[in-house]
Amino acid sequence: MAMLSFERKYRVRGGTLIGGDLFDFWVGPFYVGFFGVTTFIFATLGTTLIIWSAALGPTWNIWQINIAPPDIKYGLALAPLREGGLWQIITICAVGSFVSWALREVEICRKLGMGYHVPVAFGFAIFAYVSLVVIRPMLLGAWGYGFPYGIISHLDWVSNTGYQYLHFHYNPAHMIAVSFFFATCFALSLHGALVLSATNPPAGESVKSPEYEDTFFRDAVGYSIGTLGIHRLGLFLALAAVFWSAVCIIISGPLWTRGWPEWWNWWLNLPIWR
Amino acid sequence: MKTTFSLLGGIAATLLTIAMLLTAGWVRPPIHGEQTGFRGTGQQQLISAQNLRILQAANALPEPIDKASSSGERATEAYKNVQVLTDLSTEEFNRVMIAITQWVSPDQGCAYCHNTENLADDGLYTKIVARRMLQMNRHINAAYTSHVADTGVTCYTCHRGQPVPSNIWFENPGAPHAGGMSAHNYGFGHPSKSNGATGLPVDPFKPHLLGDETIRVEGKQALPALSGASIQQTEQSFSLMIHMSEALGVNCAYCHNTRNFGGWEESKPQRVVAWHGLAMLRELNANYLDPLKPVYPSNRLGPLGDSPKANCATCHQGAPKPLLGQSMAKDFPELGGKPAP
Repeated sequence: MAMLSFERKYRVRGGTLIGGDLFDFWVGPFYVGFFGVTTFIFATLGTTLIIWSAALGPTWNIWQINIAPPDIKYGLALAPLREGGLWQIITICAVGSFVSWALREVEICRKLGMGYHVPVAFGFAIFAYVSLVVIRPMLLGAWGYGFPYGIISHLDWVSNTGYQYLHFHYNPAHMIAVSFFFATCFALSLHGALVLSATNPPAGESVKSPEYEDTFFRDAVGYSIGTLGIHRLGLFLALAAVFWSAVCIIISGPLWTRGWPEWWNWWLNLPIWR
Repeated sequence: MKTTFSLLGGIAATLLTIAMLLTAGWVRPPIHGEQTGFRGTGQQQLISAQNLRILQAANALPEPIDKASSSGERATEAYKNVQVLTDLSTEEFNRVMIAITQWVSPDQGCAYCHNTENLADDGLYTKIVARRMLQMNRHINAAYTSHVADTGVTCYTCHRGQPVPSNIWFENPGAPHAGGMSAHNYGFGHPSKSNGATGLPVDPFKPHLLGDETIRVEGKQALPALSGASIQQTEQSFSLMIHMSEALGVNCAYCHNTRNFGGWEESKPQRVVAWHGLAMLRELNANYLDPLKPVYPSNRLGPLGDSPKANCATCHQGAPKPLLGQSMAKDFPELGGKPAP
């Protein structure tokens, strides 16, 4: 991998959370660290178990491979390997490798004296996954409520789980999450277009400064959030989208078991117009 | 000015949040879950332990009524004007009368249907209706084992101690509209009990439970041809399906694998039972309930002057099986019930 001439000087010692100097080295471009090692172990074990589970199944068709969680009757206990036990171990490996990766990012941040924005943001993605396969199943009392690992099978799970609430689009947290996802795309497209419009001048002209970018939006909509502000906004929108996605599935089941359309009766029953 | 608006906005938001948190009907774990498909397919029925207790309490059986001997004096010999329960002994006949009083008019007593001066008199409309209901009850137990199995039904299945069952339906003309060239929303966008608080049509019953409009409107191919079901028909179907879910207290996955709603091969056996139930309702509404229209006084009729009719909720009342599958009919051969094996 190509490396710039000045890049080496950022390879500073220290900043590790655990293990001291033991794994404080690089392999090629990659920082290793204690959590790099645990990431590698969890990811390798998890992937191997996925392949084993697929081998136990009826097909090698990549779309149809299905590694399903246990039956609900096993509750929060361990299930036999072939009947969901492998799903449980794979889930542990997945959570272990995701969290290891986030902590490895923390160590790199510490080495560089940077903020923890990247690992925190990744933490939201981990939270969303953990919501689906750990938090919600624990609240409902069985691992069997987690989603299966498989390309088509997890979509079938989404379909049936959505229809457990008759019409999932009425889920208020789902509404908020979807709105944030749209807003994220909207903000990123505006930002990307604006930066490219300023930095890709016609041949012979110079690159435009951020003042041009601010002026464009002030002319267009009366306000520019600014060069730093757009990144704060973008991060907020993206994390809010993920956060509310996690909320929308955690409340479906543990806190609400009927159709989501009915939830809105609180609005219809407000004393103002009931 | 700005502060005032911020303050008012803050107060409004707080009040709405409080209303949302306290009146929406949130539940809490423990949640009782029932798996109805292969593991990991998301086919589960969920109910909170608290709501399960409420459901069980609401479906507790009434006091049993002592059995009667089928031999001895015949009811037709002892009483005048016996038209339906002609095959019963006097003892059995009286047992049915006691049961109806306990199940249908516990507060009003015999006088709800009978002229107490002359019990054989047909002067009260309630007696005419009750007679037809007895015929309907026996017909269901005899002809619709495909839906009610050997569990059967009795008056109590629908009435639950009330002269008029709590879940009946009338033709619903929808909200008033301006008329003329103004837009007509055809019953859309009015959340109500019948459409499960969605914006779907408010009356899915007339086309599907009195008429026999097609329910399976799903396209069978990608990019279906233009001759498929209309949006209106489709939403009528959706509305009916929402009603079935609400009436039985179950979700779509109780009968369907939602990856392929229309496919019988991936559906549960319950869907077949439900299909027979729809056929049953169509016949009961057409042959028993709708024709009673001339008998009722006007206060018993709907806004369009039609008689009260039955839908899934009339019997099920929020339970997957009425009375959670407990059979009362097995103790009532008088009503066509089959004794427990």
